[in-house]
Amino acid sequence: MSATLSVRNLRTHFFTKEGVAKAVDGVDFDVAPGEILGLVGESGSGKTVTGFSILGLIDPPGRIVEGSSIRFNGEELTAASPERLRAIRGAAIAMIFQDPMMTLNPVLRVDTQMIETVQAHVKVSAAEARDRARKALVQVGIPSPDERLRAYPHQFSGGMRQRVAIAIALLHKPKLIVADEPTTALDVTIQGQILFEAQRLCRESGTAMIWVTHDLAVVAGLADRIAVMYAGRIVELGRTADVIERPMHPYTKGLIGSVPSQNTRGHRLAQIPGMTPSLLRLPAGCAFKARCPIAVDKCNEMPALEEHRPGHWARCWRAAA
Amino acid sequence: MTGPQPLLSLRGITKRFVQRVDLAGKIANAFGAGVRETVVQAVSDVDLDVAEGEVVGLVGESGCGKSTLGRIVAGIMPQSAGTMLWRGQDVAAMGGEDKHAWQLAVQMIFQDPFASLNPRLRVSEIVGEAPRVHGLVDRGRQAAYVAETLTKVGLDPAYASRYPHQFSGGQRQRVGIARALAVKPAFIVCDEAVAALDVSIQAQVLNLFMDLRRQLGLTYLFISHNLAVVEHLSDRVAIMYLGRLIEIAPADELFARPNHPYTQALLAEVPKLEAHQRTYRPIAGELPSPLDPPPGCAFHPRCPHAFARCKVERPALKQVAPGHVSACHLNDRG
Repeated sequence: MSATLSVRNLRTHFFTKEGVAKAVDGVDFDVAPGEILGLVGESGSGKTVTGFSILGLIDPPGRIVEGSSIRFNGEELTAASPERLRAIRGAAIAMIFQDPMMTLNPVLRVDTQMIETVQAHVKVSAAEARDRARKALVQVGIPSPDERLRAYPHQFSGGMRQRVAIAIALLHKPKLIVADEPTTALDVTIQGQILFEAQRLCRESGTAMIWVTHDLAVVAGLADRIAVMYAGRIVELGRTADVIERPMHPYTKGLIGSVPSQNTRGHRLAQIPGMTPSLLRLPAGCAFKARCPIAVDKCNEMPALEEHRPGHWARCWRAAA
Repeated sequence: MTGPQPLLSLRGITKRFVQRVDLAGKIANAFGAGVRETVVQAVSDVDLDVAEGEVVGLVGESGCGKSTLGRIVAGIMPQSAGTMLWRGQDVAAMGGEDKHAWQLAVQMIFQDPFASLNPRLRVSEIVGEAPRVHGLVDRGRQAAYVAETLTKVGLDPAYASRYPHQFSGGQRQRVGIARALAVKPAFIVCDEAVAALDVSIQAQVLNLFMDLRRQLGLTYLFISHNLAVVEHLSDRVAIMYLGRLIEIAPADELFARPNHPYTQALLAEVPKLEAHQRTYRPIAGELPSPLDPPPGCAFHPRCPHAFARCKVERPALKQVAPGHVSACHLNDRG
């Protein structure tokens, strides 16, 4: 089966007065239909910019650099016109953001916003659009949808608001959903509910999903594959079980070691020393070498993302070590 | 509880927030609108002891009142009812010197390292002001004292002349910790102190908390919604739901044998670093509004085991195992 989305050598740079910030610098990955890809990284790793690049939402001074390729269902998005992108966004590719209060219009009722979204892409009557909106709300598990359609965003709780945002993303039965930290602002119990809905949707409808998060534990139980980003590059990519249980890159190992749990009680956590380097002044070679416990001289050259085990890729000279 | 006197005892701590009828409401009332003042009971009847050197984790969802309780303990906010005992002494009855000592001994570290530091002050002043004002160091020794405190939290003393915006999130949180430590506290209230940090930085700060506890014999009330963090750090854990403590137990016991259905549900929801795909079976519903709490057990509308009694009678905290108390009627059914 061919991939829904195929990203090759994606480079998104920000041309600022202080210099060029290479927020995303050579990212490759595929997402298959029905697959959930977890895109994991810390602040400044480029995970959000990767998601925004796919949707064509990069504003100046940032732009996608020549030579990048984003193929969606065989169509090259980097070459698409703004009109074409607008037709795709919200219909074939949808996005869910971290803060649903920021993405919903506070002065419009939910039905107004949802009907508008439906009619932006297909010519249907308001009554039919409303019916679609209602179905989408039912799909994400919102009780008494007719009543909720007439409410304003502030009348919803955080979890319900995020469900509305997901329902809006689902209106056009997208082939791909990019979800940027959609549960970070939510409580554990509500997060569980949202993860449950997301999982069900992908399995039932064959929608591909990219789940962007800083929390490895969230995607561990959700994603089929995990891509770990560091300083604008993917440093490890593989099936969830492989990445979590047999990580190859020292950064991934460090991340896993720094997650607190019952087993770590009374012990110090294995911390990664130092912090993420500035994207304006990235060191030559591997960006992680200054924090890496097993760095060698060779790390002054940039390693390639290589397949060390079947389907398990790492960008490290010492991945086999 | 017998044994040594607890460092801090809370008895029946309650906090009500009252919104009075404003002018518009009063005018509307003149025409018979019947606008009444609204009362939110954020914290209800909390009893909790914290022993010296202990780390107590306080867990709950947003809106359950855990931060309000933390602020009451830290002395930032007065309680509406109940007593707080510090080393056996009623804080409300304390005068002069005793009260001063208590205020310095209890310090708080906040969630947002961006909002809790004054952007116009240098670190030397943020950390050094309180000990100077309280006479712990004189002006001449202040710089050296700040340097010493910064070293303690793992910051370069050369940073003392910087402003908060020149630091990363993790460093800023360390400045907040240094500020709290500067007045030599015995008890620290951490309100979601690592929630805003990246995973690798969070690990550094958690390690710092543990090191400081060992070196300085600190006692913590660690407030968090993140069960994994609490599990890692705490000796005892208290679970809060809609303003009340519903279960208190030693951390091992609580995570191995959660008693209250809410605790069990919370534990089931924690994302774990396990690679097998799991099927999420979330608890239905959300935290009810504290403006209109359900009668009886506040958890009954979401509880899979609720029966008739839960709807009318509020369960009390009862011992289910040594040191383990839980407020659930199911325990009476045997």
